[in-house]
Amino acid sequence: MIPGVFEYYAPTSIREAVDLLARHGEDAKILSGGQSLIPLMKLRLATPQYLVEINRIRGLAYIREGDGVLRIGALTRESDLEESDLIRTRYPILHDTSKVIADPLVRNLATVCGNLAHGDPANDHPATMLALGAELVAVGPKGERRIPVASFFTGPFTTALTPSEILTEILIPIPTPGSGGAYLKLERKVGDFATAAVAAQVSVRDNGMCERAGIGLTNVGPTPIKARKAEDFLHGKPLDAAAIRQAAQLAAGEAQPTSDLRGPAEYKRDLVRVLTTRALEKARERAGGGR
Amino acid sequence: MLVHVTVNGEKHEANVEPRLLLVHLIRDVLRLTGTHIGCDTTHCGACTILLDGRPVKSCTIFAVQAHGREIMTVEGLEQDGKLHPVQEGFSQEHGLQCGYCTPGMLMTSSAFLRKNPDPTEEEIRWAISGNLCRCTGYVNIVKAVQFAAAKLRQGGA
Repeated sequence: MIPGVFEYYAPTSIREAVDLLARHGEDAKILSGGQSLIPLMKLRLATPQYLVEINRIRGLAYIREGDGVLRIGALTRESDLEESDLIRTRYPILHDTSKVIADPLVRNLATVCGNLAHGDPANDHPATMLALGAELVAVGPKGERRIPVASFFTGPFTTALTPSEILTEILIPIPTPGSGGAYLKLERKVGDFATAAVAAQVSVRDNGMCERAGIGLTNVGPTPIKARKAEDFLHGKPLDAAAIRQAAQLAAGEAQPTSDLRGPAEYKRDLVRVLTTRALEKARERAGGGR
Repeated sequence: MLVHVTVNGEKHEANVEPRLLLVHLIRDVLRLTGTHIGCDTTHCGACTILLDGRPVKSCTIFAVQAHGREIMTVEGLEQDGKLHPVQEGFSQEHGLQCGYCTPGMLMTSSAFLRKNPDPTEEEIRWAISGNLCRCTGYVNIVKAVQFAAAKLRQGGA
């Protein structure tokens, strides 16, 4: 399958890329990993007239901690995240997520930021970033701004980014001691989108009280869903089996699944309940062992 | 657009449309037809090549993105008339039936063994999970990769 005709640019700086995007507006798309965009272009579901490839901009592929945050750059690949010792040991929820995205070959090109910027409710990182309370850095013609991930996903395949902005960095607050998280996904086969998936991140005090809970849901609504009722319910409660059961019921109620080839809506809703239970249990277990 | 690529150690240049997919540059322009097109939808991995040493699906990247970079295709595995250990493994362990997925399997497993020379069976299955085979049931493919791993560890490259 051959994509439609487009003009191609390969800028070497963010400024240059933003200028190109500003000039071409909604007719332009950013190409980074391309593992979602190129399939859409081959099916002619996307027909951008201009492609701005950002892979030649130096210094955008990194994973590092500093000033209380973990920073992930625009060109960090899913495989970079999957293979990072820092991520595996200190952010297992991110490791869980990257290793169930598509397949190993796709992950060698696909970027973490692209997984968010594409705005697909079936993508996996949105739920994880909602659970972690990430902030996203966008650079546009007027400079840089920070967008809380909770207000980033505005509709199906639609985000808070303007057509002339680039998502340059993800900022994740470094979890306090006693924090842990997990991402659990049910997929029909390797490479498929989730039937449903749940990300949970908790901070637990020494006395067993839940200080903070973040819960994100994948592919059970028009956007990735932040399960606020479940999060609020857990706040200040002992993170025991009864509280987890109740929170999982609330999260299932917050899901907005539709019936499709992956299953009927009510099945998916119950799957959210089961996966939320298991994700919270795993998050609690990991919180007990330090981060 | 003029694209310069190194393929299997040889420098090439080609004047291409930006929408030309890398797999078409490799097969139709450079006439290296060992790389197969399977599903053409980023699922099957038949078109796997190494881009700067990393296995990727060449049906899901534009040729212009490979400008200035190193590509290795299945034709580059054999050196001086001697099969690469992964090729020998697939031959010895009967790791194929129709052979359509084999070039992709070979590229993925050769890159994988460089990173992980002594893998478990589970690690091998995980590594090839982006390459679909509809004939073998994967059992002999896993054996073929294990054969190659053992051979490479003995310095038999």
